[in-house]
Amino acid sequence: MRRRLHTRILGLSGRLLVGLILAFLVLPAFVVTLAAFNDRAILSFPPAGYSTRWFARALTYRDFRIGLWNSLVVTAWASTLALAVGTGFAIALKRYVFRLKGGLEGVLLSPLIVPHFTIGLGLLVLATGIGAARGFAVVVLTHVIVVLPFVIRSVYISLQNIDERLELAAASLGARPGRVLGTITLPLLAPGLFSGWLFAAILSFNEFTASLFVTGQATQTLPVAMYGYVREFADPTLAAVSVIYIAVTAALLTVANTFLGLGKVLNVEQGR
Amino acid sequence: MLSKAADRSPPASLPGTAANPRPVPAVRLDGVVKRFGAATALEETWLRVEQGEFLTLLGPSGCGKTTLLNLMAGFLEADAGEIFIGGDLVTSTPAYEREIGIVFQNYALFPHMSVAKNVGYGLRMRGVPRREIAERVDAALALVKLSGFSDRSPRQLSGGQQQRVALARALVIRPKVLLLDEPFSALDKNLRGAMQVELKEIQRRLGVTTVFVTHDQSEALSLSDRIVVMSAGRVRQTGTPDEVYRHPQDRFVAGFIGDVNLLPASLLARAGERATVAIRDLRRDVEAATLRGCAVGEEVDVFVRPDHLAVRQAGEAGTLPARVAALVYQGSHIDLHADLAEGGRVVVRMPGQGALATYAPGTPVGLVVPQGGLAAFPARDAAPSPLPQGPPDSRPSSLPPEPGSTR
Repeated sequence: MRRRLHTRILGLSGRLLVGLILAFLVLPAFVVTLAAFNDRAILSFPPAGYSTRWFARALTYRDFRIGLWNSLVVTAWASTLALAVGTGFAIALKRYVFRLKGGLEGVLLSPLIVPHFTIGLGLLVLATGIGAARGFAVVVLTHVIVVLPFVIRSVYISLQNIDERLELAAASLGARPGRVLGTITLPLLAPGLFSGWLFAAILSFNEFTASLFVTGQATQTLPVAMYGYVREFADPTLAAVSVIYIAVTAALLTVANTFLGLGKVLNVEQGR
Repeated sequence: MLSKAADRSPPASLPGTAANPRPVPAVRLDGVVKRFGAATALEETWLRVEQGEFLTLLGPSGCGKTTLLNLMAGFLEADAGEIFIGGDLVTSTPAYEREIGIVFQNYALFPHMSVAKNVGYGLRMRGVPRREIAERVDAALALVKLSGFSDRSPRQLSGGQQQRVALARALVIRPKVLLLDEPFSALDKNLRGAMQVELKEIQRRLGVTTVFVTHDQSEALSLSDRIVVMSAGRVRQTGTPDEVYRHPQDRFVAGFIGDVNLLPASLLARAGERATVAIRDLRRDVEAATLRGCAVGEEVDVFVRPDHLAVRQAGEAGTLPARVAALVYQGSHIDLHADLAEGGRVVVRMPGQGALATYAPGTPVGLVVPQGGLAAFPARDAAPSPLPQGPPDSRPSSLPPEPGSTR
């Protein structure tokens, strides 16, 4: 009897712990979302009255509009370039044996270890040196460097899940290497490529630290514009932008899930 | 009637020359060698596969049989030697120009294509007109009894059905050679038997030259026209199933093909092709060829099949003294495990049920050793013993334990 009570208490507290952890995961988004609807012109929680006027301000504020556009341009370029470059490197790492392979792998994954502000600072110094500072090219390059390791990982894992015998079978049936790539490898790799691109896009869209160094007034991305805003104002506009951010990212993931299944996109399940 | 240790065609007899009266072989390997780094996966190998032949490459994991298959397919490049397919030199021809069909152990069906698209893939790559593709795909699916499965996804098929699709896909291109890489090992036992019979029928009907890779000696014995027994990157013996079963030329072959017992003996005399050995006080006649380099008086090992031994009363004249260790019921037969007086355990395979009651463990018995069907090899040969060691319930089989990859 006592033992049963014990197990019940243990079971209950276990569930409580899991519930608390999950609550903490969504807590920041929850607080910010509520704050965005605060009627008063101050970032506070809990809100005193409800209003959507901060959303209107967020969408019309000039710096945010420019920042959003810049972010979309930079993200599109950076994630696409990173996908192309990363796919090439992933195939090289997976399929070929060559000298200094370990070294190449280390270099390619090094942006994971190097702090983003170091990357930003380094590129800023370099770009100033060659007179290309604060241009879009430098911002895109910065983002490519930051997201490349994630693209390579994603594509590499997808490649690992392709049975090379499928390609051998295709070759034995008369398919030249180019046709094997087009009819077997790429179609089977497509979910991996898409997930790699999606990761890159989300990371790039959210990148702040490195961007702070390499962007200028004309090229500042949305996170940088938000940082600039919060240094001057303390009204809930920033919270409203955050909510828009969350909504856009969630929409992207939902689309991905609808067309491909989240498991595939996130490389969680790799059943064939 | 004796098989050669390896098919050593002299390099001078090029295909098509007047010096070679034999027809052009479907596949010919002339001194092919393959190394992976410092390890030699395949030592110098000479091999002919005749037109329409069903040839099996048999050996344990890592013996080089899959390497040999990959060399024929063009998936690997030989480090030395030449490969001919249908008389054409293909040593450096890429796989996509060799016109071979291959069925892998896991079938390797394209998961993003329907059954019909899988089967038609090779025809599409060849630019065959669409209408002809449809006809030939239908015919190939009918051949493997899968008509009506065209639109299914490979995922929706059972293992046996997937294998049929893989076979149809390989055959529809009318390959010069069909390569089968352990195609049955993923099937359950009942299905395996049925698929083997079916494969053999299809192969005979189409007359397609087939090279079959397996580690399963019973599969090899039942399907093949000829068997190439391989071990440690070398061809040990090439011959018909009967030749390799009854006249092993090599200690490894004797131990690998079928179940065997090993009896300690000594070489008494040698005269031409024959030799006499003494197993205790029993004198037996064996082939001398396998005792090369063995002097009279030296110890030899005599190999005898479990079903060639018989059990008699202890002390009966002309028998080997032994003591019953265990009886293992096997359904169609009974395996009697007995310990020889001079050490070592043997298995006697007895048909019928009566033996169960007659021989309790510990009973002294006499073993009858047949006059023929024996093979002897020098005892100092360091090769893994084919004797069943360990508990009596371990099967007296010399099969390798794991059917894994043999790269």
